[in-house]
Amino acid sequence: MSHPTRSEVRPTPAPQPAAPGGTIIEAQGLTKIYPGATGNVLALQDVSFRIKDGEFVCLVGPSGCGKSTLLKILAGLLPYTGGTVTRSGHTLEGPGPDVGMVFQAPVLLPWRTVMQNVLLPTEFRRLNADDFRARADELLTLVGLSDFKDRYPHELSGGMQQRAAIVRALVQDPPILLMDEPFGALDAMTREQMNVEVLRIWNRNRKTVVFVTHSIAESVFLADRVFVMTPRPGTIAEIIDVDLPRPRDLSIINTEQFGRHATRIRALLHAKGDLS
Amino acid sequence: MTTPDNLPRPLRKRRLSRRLDLVLSPIILVALIAVWHFVTVEFAIPAFILPPPLEVWRSLVAGLAAGPFDRGGFLYHAGVTFSEALLGFVLGSTVGIVVGFTIASSRLIERVALPYIVGFQSLPKVALAPLLVIWFGFGVEGKVVITSVITFFPLLINSMAGYQSVDPDRIDLARSCNATRLQILQKIILPSALPYIFAGLNIASVLAILGAIVGEFVGAQSGLGMLLMQYNQSLQIAPVFGVLLILGLMGYASNVAIRTLERRLCFWAQRATPAANSES
Repeated sequence: MSHPTRSEVRPTPAPQPAAPGGTIIEAQGLTKIYPGATGNVLALQDVSFRIKDGEFVCLVGPSGCGKSTLLKILAGLLPYTGGTVTRSGHTLEGPGPDVGMVFQAPVLLPWRTVMQNVLLPTEFRRLNADDFRARADELLTLVGLSDFKDRYPHELSGGMQQRAAIVRALVQDPPILLMDEPFGALDAMTREQMNVEVLRIWNRNRKTVVFVTHSIAESVFLADRVFVMTPRPGTIAEIIDVDLPRPRDLSIINTEQFGRHATRIRALLHAKGDLS
Repeated sequence: MTTPDNLPRPLRKRRLSRRLDLVLSPIILVALIAVWHFVTVEFAIPAFILPPPLEVWRSLVAGLAAGPFDRGGFLYHAGVTFSEALLGFVLGSTVGIVVGFTIASSRLIERVALPYIVGFQSLPKVALAPLLVIWFGFGVEGKVVITSVITFFPLLINSMAGYQSVDPDRIDLARSCNATRLQILQKIILPSALPYIFAGLNIASVLAILGAIVGEFVGAQSGLGMLLMQYNQSLQIAPVFGVLLILGLMGYASNVAIRTLERRLCFWAQRATPAANSES
């Protein structure tokens, strides 16, 4: 790839990239309490896990299980109450260029073109946007938006907007991609397409992806491991290894193996009595 | 504008009705003036109650013929009133936006300040005019202060609403990119709040001229408001209509200027936020 290497474009020392297969995110006894007027809410209780570099992890669970809270903590957007979290070899202190974030809504600024939106993170970090234009072009081509880079967000469909948001998250080539129910607002057809596309992008870049979803099928289709979460208090009930072969395409959904994983996850969620 | 013959029927129809608007508006104006003329001449209405349109036209032409530095002409006084309104508008709006953002940025400040805002807002600001003239004198300063006070509130309220309407995801996005507070203000909050701010500016542009005129009513040596009072007291009603016409044009022009700016800067907003009631 022709984009500038990390050491050229970043004035501050880069976080230590984890060795391939090494631990890139680790949580030990992570606890989050929201103070409230009617009493404190225990959003996350004693959550511990390790995520390896290049792994695709899905957090699945019903609403209120703390999966979005966990993702925001990993992004450095929310403080945590107890426990330890390390990211890219350092104790987690806040947001950083080692993480790209994708939200449920595309969150594109409507007064900026697609290209200007994609380059926004580099502007906030006071980097030379021109150094990232080539990479942005390449990524926009990868997701089929090369003809739309000078358009405004309202001229794009919902799926296209979310693709642009993914490109924005990847523009600084972060080793970690955090995605918070990114396709929840899309229709079922577009959603399936986007899932295939995410795997295609992941295949090329091998980022570490932490992907929040409430769709069991989506989690099995995408993930190496699924963290099944249950609410009150939010905690990881079990971690499922999804040993389906890669690369995967949509036909895998109809296999017996896929069905077994999905059934297992559903049973775990039902066991807690949180799905009717 | 020519209509190509090969246009589909509904489209041609739509163009025709749009052209109809452009024709109908002037027709109504002409009809109104004709009725006005007919009534004043036919019923011999005295000129100190309602002068015929031709006399209004003559006094308007005479008033405009004088140069912009001639104290006997309209242009000089229009310049004074416009300067007062513009200065007060710029001052009041700027302070309104700054204070509005400051209040909206902190729950504590908001809770402390809100009772005062509500209390002061329910006061008719023009009632302050006599007091302000005593404090700031009969010159331009008093009018600028009145205008500032009047234009301050729509911008205070609208910029507060604009600040609070910013999608929290946009701020999370900026924070996830290590944005500073200043960057978040510049690149996220200010542009997001811009449609609200423009709704406030639209209201304020009307109120600004009102403020200047009221200030001049209370006491002034120049300005269209003073001119109105003078002509009124000497029962010269034709030039009163002339001055009113100029005031109308002034308000229309400033509104067009702000809307043009709004279209440029807020082109991305699907629909302009509805302007609140412009009366004060």
